[in-house]
Amino acid sequence: MQYEAPQTLDAALSLLAGATGQARILAGGTDIMVQLHMDTTDPDMLVDIKNISELRAITETDGAFTIGAVTTGAELGENEAVKKMWPGVVEGLELIGSTQVQGRATIGGNLCNASPAADVIPALIAANAITNVVGPNGSREVAAEDIPVGPGKTSLAQDEIVVSISFPARGARAGDAYLRFIPRTEMDIAVVGVGISLEVDEAGVCTQARVGLGAVAEKALLVPEAAATLIGTSLDDAAMEKLAAAISAACRPINDRRGTIEFRTDVAGVMARRTAKIAYDRAVG
Amino acid sequence: MDNSMDVGYSADDKELKFVGKRTNRPDGVDKVTGRARFGADARLPGMLYGKILRSPHAHARIISIDTSKAEALSGVKAVVTRDDFEDRDSEFVPAGEMMVNYRDMVRNIMAREKVLYDGHAVAAVAATSVTIAKQALKLIDVQYEVLPHVIDVVEAMAPGAPLLHDDLFTDGVEPKPTKPSNVAKRLEFNMGDIASGFAEADEILEKTFDTKPVHQGYIEPHSCLASFSENGSAELWCSTQGQYLVRAHCSKLVGMEISKLRVTPSEIGGGFGGKTVVFIEPIALALSKKTYRPIKITMTRDEVFRSSGPTSGGNVRVKVGITKDGKIMACEAELKYQAGAFQGSSVQPGCMCAFAPYDVANVNVIGWDVLSNRPKVAAYRAPGAPISEYAVECVIDELAERIGMDPVDFRLKNAAKEGTQTAYGPKFGPVGFVEVLEATKALDHYKIPLGPNQGRGIGSGFWFNIGGETCVNLNVNEDGTLTLITGSPDIGGSRASMCNMAAEELGIDVGLINPIIADTSVLGFNFLSAGSRTTFACGLATIEAARNAIENMRKRVAQLWDIPLDAVVWEDGAARPASSNAGEFEPMTLPEIAKIAPKTGGPIAGHAEINAQGAGPGFGTHMVDVEVDKETGHVKVLRYTVIQDAGKAIHPSFVEGQYQGGAVQCIGWALNEEYVYGEDGRLQNSGFLDYRIPLASDLPMIDTKIVEVPNPNHPYGVRGVGETPIIPGLAAMSNAISNALGLRMSELPMSPPKVLKAIKEASV
Repeated sequence: MQYEAPQTLDAALSLLAGATGQARILAGGTDIMVQLHMDTTDPDMLVDIKNISELRAITETDGAFTIGAVTTGAELGENEAVKKMWPGVVEGLELIGSTQVQGRATIGGNLCNASPAADVIPALIAANAITNVVGPNGSREVAAEDIPVGPGKTSLAQDEIVVSISFPARGARAGDAYLRFIPRTEMDIAVVGVGISLEVDEAGVCTQARVGLGAVAEKALLVPEAAATLIGTSLDDAAMEKLAAAISAACRPINDRRGTIEFRTDVAGVMARRTAKIAYDRAVG
Repeated sequence: MDNSMDVGYSADDKELKFVGKRTNRPDGVDKVTGRARFGADARLPGMLYGKILRSPHAHARIISIDTSKAEALSGVKAVVTRDDFEDRDSEFVPAGEMMVNYRDMVRNIMAREKVLYDGHAVAAVAATSVTIAKQALKLIDVQYEVLPHVIDVVEAMAPGAPLLHDDLFTDGVEPKPTKPSNVAKRLEFNMGDIASGFAEADEILEKTFDTKPVHQGYIEPHSCLASFSENGSAELWCSTQGQYLVRAHCSKLVGMEISKLRVTPSEIGGGFGGKTVVFIEPIALALSKKTYRPIKITMTRDEVFRSSGPTSGGNVRVKVGITKDGKIMACEAELKYQAGAFQGSSVQPGCMCAFAPYDVANVNVIGWDVLSNRPKVAAYRAPGAPISEYAVECVIDELAERIGMDPVDFRLKNAAKEGTQTAYGPKFGPVGFVEVLEATKALDHYKIPLGPNQGRGIGSGFWFNIGGETCVNLNVNEDGTLTLITGSPDIGGSRASMCNMAAEELGIDVGLINPIIADTSVLGFNFLSAGSRTTFACGLATIEAARNAIENMRKRVAQLWDIPLDAVVWEDGAARPASSNAGEFEPMTLPEIAKIAPKTGGPIAGHAEINAQGAGPGFGTHMVDVEVDKETGHVKVLRYTVIQDAGKAIHPSFVEGQYQGGAVQCIGWALNEEYVYGEDGRLQNSGFLDYRIPLASDLPMIDTKIVEVPNPNHPYGVRGVGETPIIPGLAAMSNAISNALGLRMSELPMSPPKVLKAIKEASV
């Protein structure tokens, strides 16, 4: 296996373009190193992109943030501006693994590893995040929910790199949150994960909402039917019941060692209600 | 030496200087600086790396094994298979806290006719690098005929279940069966008249409980380094709870004299009973014998889960009858324990411990040792006892609730005490169960009010504790320090405890004693560090070695002063004239005696060789408060207190550590730990991600209360403390969750999906 650690984006792109066999991108390495140890991946080339400084930048223009793809959970957790605007996204990234893992695991890596149970993806979907992708034919923008297509599979070509993730500016009365269910308290993988972002008017009525749902399907889902149950409400009990029902209806989980179909479907509704309340409280301020 | 040293010590009334004190641990600095050498730290020049090919099938006949391509790979130096291990007779010998059959063991370390579980070793290679060794494994062609498998214990007992061994006939049933089965053995313990006992009961409760196999979860994987010499001798370094048992097993399995194999134990990163048997060690020796190169094998975490020895899962039916004022009249239980792929589960101690905490006249316990396509079980702290006592303590708790009696009072009313006849044989000597329960009632913890969705549970437990063969040397060095040489790997602070006892005896500062864990060539046979025997048995031998050293020093001084031996006494670390009759002499301190040893007869040492008897049983109670999230089934542990009789806590910090560690393992076993198998019979959670042991963030501070009811058979009153702490917690957790929810659960683990399901079923 060939290991390369280019210093520039152009160098990384040309390495990928010139790869003869399977090439994989290494960012924080918290997934791919485990896969290598477990013999579940065997690439011909590993392109380590974490030394590319332009992939680490965090910029803001009129309230719109762009976060470099190799920004780690620990870095984002120390960025007060991002935390203030997108606490749910930071929560999603910051609770991956242990403190040590959070120093390595990156926002782009968690997205592109395309685990159905990835913590940051439901939060990115809820935030209406756009990924900025660069390949040999230039750049394109892809909605976060369109990156994963199945367990470990993305819509990206082998010679494309996610450079950064952009978050739209939004009004003052807005909030987001991410909650997951795990059997323990940390260092675990989501059995269910829910990201919700919403905006409210001066009366506290929800005007916009997006809901991302993880670990209950082959990939993280955007659930507009669930978002629709929130809009026009102040998240009263009736709305919460409808939200839970819409979320449970969107679940198509499997029975596995982490949970049963029945359990995941039930708990997804519970987590959605709790997540919505947190996002709402943040929006109302 | 005086054999009466084995039993009948009388506790000394004088104030203790080191026993019972929190002295510095001798291994502390090296462990916190990373200098301590664990199993995987061993290396030698010219070392090769061994890797093991393991079965992907739960049950299959091996048709052929072709290793030619692997052997041809550059960098591969040797390959071993079943053909490299001589078959053994069916012969039961002690291994760990159980009996092991070498015919089975040779098949467990390397499959012969069949593979019997996912992860069963099939072949091994030695190569110049791990990468080459792994590559070589892929080149070994094994042809299997896949057979139907059985994982569940009850299914394995059913007629028509897939048979693991066609030559296994159930032992202990009359008439002797004519057809083979997966049931290796039936056991029965009886006392009194069970039918009349139930006839006198006002309330009878009968329930069946299920537990899943769980792994000891030691963080350090099995690792060893073997080096065979052309002269036929070999050295082995490994992480183990008993180097002498490793020597016995390996020499038998590899085919060499015991004296030709020298085994050195490393520092141990957890064992809990799981490092009392051998897995990789004979394979490393066989590869080294073929190459005459040192071979290192370190298991991956996946291998530890799939291929070492977890403890049994069990199916336990318990029936208890009581009077309406809370007297237990009759106890009945039937225990079905998984043994794994070979016979020898811990069902026997499970049967013996089941009702041992209670003074009951009528008891009947039946046990079944059942094979299935899982790894062969190994010991795990108080092997067998947590499974049976969990079921009993849940039933006891529910009965107390039925008659409206406080659960501690109920236990107090029925508690075993001195003179209580056990169902398994002996009458108890002085035991501390009543004192433990009284201490439990007195806890502030017991009085803290609970909030909504919170519950409190208690459970109790009993373990025998054991003694056994032990050999200790204590060398008096020329500078006045001492080297204490024991053969018991330090799995729970034994070096510190031994030093405390030796210092107390010698009347010198504990820091002057340097403890060493010896390899098998240094001392005579020492049994395992297991069974809660080490502080008791190794402690007795250490005390005896110290007294022997003192006697030897007194002899030197008596000779020097030219007075009789009994005119020289040992006090406060010095030899002194016994009385004015002995004459006027200045006391001689230990360093002074050591310094002139060459002139008085040469080096001075103390020795002890004993088979320690008179271990004192250990009783404990756990109290736990939980909060259940009724919408998700998640259980949070709020408060936890362990109350246990230590006899005497030689080093209280280590005793507390044993209590706390046991409680944490109970919490894991109760809430999340389990072996999860797929339909294909393969283990699905062979890593710490999906095999969930508790994390620090999952736990409250585990509080402890050390009760001390001395064991009269030890000079300081030591019982053992390592096993009992893992027994009471399973029921305490279950009873706490039951109390929070107002419903009774009867299976482990009480993972969120199961708790939520129970809540939903109860609300229908």
